[in-house]
Amino acid sequence: MPPQIIVEDLVKTYRIAQRDTGLLGSVRGLVRRQYRELGALDGVSFNIDAGELVGYIGPNGAGKSTTVKTLSGILVPDSGRCEVRGRVPWRQRVEHVAEIGVVFGQRTQLWWDLPVIESFELLRDIYRVPQERYKAASDELIALLDLGPLLDVPVRQLSLGQRMRCDLAAALIHQPPVLFLDEPTIGLDATSKLAVRDFVRGLCRDRGVTVILTTHDMDDIEALCDRVIVIASGKVLCDGSLDALRARVSRQRWLTVDLASVDIEVSDPDATVVRREGQRVCLGFDPQAVSPAELIARVTAKHAVSDLFVENPPIETIVARLYEAESGVATATT
Amino acid sequence: MNWMRPYLAVLSARFRSMLQYRAAAIAGLWTQVFFGMVNIMVYEAFYSSTDKQQPLTFAQVVSYVWLGQALLALLPWYADSEVRAIVRSGAVAYELCRPIDLYNLWFMRAMAWRTAPTILRAVPMVVLVMFVFPLIGLGEWRLHSPTLAAGLGFAAAITCTLLLSCAITTLMNISLMWTVSADGTVVMMNALVTIFSGMVVPLPLFPNWAQPVLMALPFAGLVDLPYRVYVGNILPGSIPLIIFRQLFWTVVLVLLGRWLMARGIRRIVVQGG
Repeated sequence: MPPQIIVEDLVKTYRIAQRDTGLLGSVRGLVRRQYRELGALDGVSFNIDAGELVGYIGPNGAGKSTTVKTLSGILVPDSGRCEVRGRVPWRQRVEHVAEIGVVFGQRTQLWWDLPVIESFELLRDIYRVPQERYKAASDELIALLDLGPLLDVPVRQLSLGQRMRCDLAAALIHQPPVLFLDEPTIGLDATSKLAVRDFVRGLCRDRGVTVILTTHDMDDIEALCDRVIVIASGKVLCDGSLDALRARVSRQRWLTVDLASVDIEVSDPDATVVRREGQRVCLGFDPQAVSPAELIARVTAKHAVSDLFVENPPIETIVARLYEAESGVATATT
Repeated sequence: MNWMRPYLAVLSARFRSMLQYRAAAIAGLWTQVFFGMVNIMVYEAFYSSTDKQQPLTFAQVVSYVWLGQALLALLPWYADSEVRAIVRSGAVAYELCRPIDLYNLWFMRAMAWRTAPTILRAVPMVVLVMFVFPLIGLGEWRLHSPTLAAGLGFAAAITCTLLLSCAITTLMNISLMWTVSADGTVVMMNALVTIFSGMVVPLPLFPNWAQPVLMALPFAGLVDLPYRVYVGNILPGSIPLIIFRQLFWTVVLVLLGRWLMARGIRRIVVQGG
């Protein structure tokens, strides 16, 4: 089976009108406009198979949303190839969008003044979903996302978390095989985030929906994605499993030690102090240079330790390092 | 009918959500009754100071003014606030993610946006100025009822006005793809539409030399032509010609809008995020 989504060497540049500062500058801008080129995508390529749940991450302005909007058929790229289920999104827009669902986390696709259920019915008509299929799909979505009590509430009265659950359902009324989620957990509280994650995981596992998820929340990625594509400045930096991403940036592991008292200095030739908060010290070490058992033995022999554990550095740290390396900033002390 | 289903659904949803703004409609009603009366007083002074035969009788002008106030919301003098909001916020991205024709979608939005407030205002206003005014001694200032033929002709012509008005509204909405705020377009259209449609002064009262220009522009079809059918200034025999002119301009503006939209979509940059 060919990949569900093919992206090859995608390039997109925005032309932005420059405005000079001050009154004189504004007047000059009326006569002769100067444009600044802003590269959003600079040769992005990846393939995604049916049923994959891929995390698409990168710093602000990296080109995440531009990619998602190109895949949704909203933006036309300058060059490159892009196919979703064998269609070019911006050329066969109407046929294409009938088979995808989208959620842009910062905006709603529900009708502001109407009760939630009426937005769903409107989408049913817009996507020409037959009544029986709509009934089955909406009943299931309402049950899974616990929307029952919200259906008669006008959208403008919903909380952000409630609205996002409704937005997810709205994107799936027509049962699309492909779903694009652009920052679906932005601004949500912990409970709502968990609800969204559980739902997305189930969608992928039970129904085989292909999902691309952009986010800044690394917990989303860790909880959901087997595969991560990292982009920065319009280029793919890394594409693979979370473990591969870790291995590429650093093999470092962390040994966190709770000391018996505050005023003990900890040091070891094979480890560096990542951070220290009161009695808790975090040591970074390379497991190939020194085995965790050996390091633990040395540290506990030298100092009075009340508790300790070994862990991987959080994914935020890994990703931050990757971004820094790309932008040429000297690697932070961690 | 299946191809119409999405568009009818959008029309009906918008219509229902517009009906929630009843208080605005009632407030608008009083403003417009006041405006209409001020207008009529000016015409009364004008008509009583001249013996010359005028193109419209005083009674015809009064009816013309009231129709204008009752049907003010049909006039395309402003870009659709909802489309403005979605372009500004970037939610227009969702509009492009729907498997339907964007022009038709916006046209239907415009139609709901024009009809809902018109119905909310026109019905109580007509009841007031047609039936209540004679009872409270304002019989001279009332909206006269049309003859049967004029009434039927008016119904047909005002339906075409709705289509023409939606075509102009959608054209203004499409200009948002270039300017985002559309303030410039709106100010310009506002002036063109209110003056050249007959909303400010009935077109027959303009000088004779201006008549060919006024009649050549599409705006006469918004106000002047259907209202003159109603008041009997245009005879029923000419009604097919008027409807033809309205539909001709509607088709021209729809084609222009579709052409511009196709270009606009290609250059669209979704704001933010």
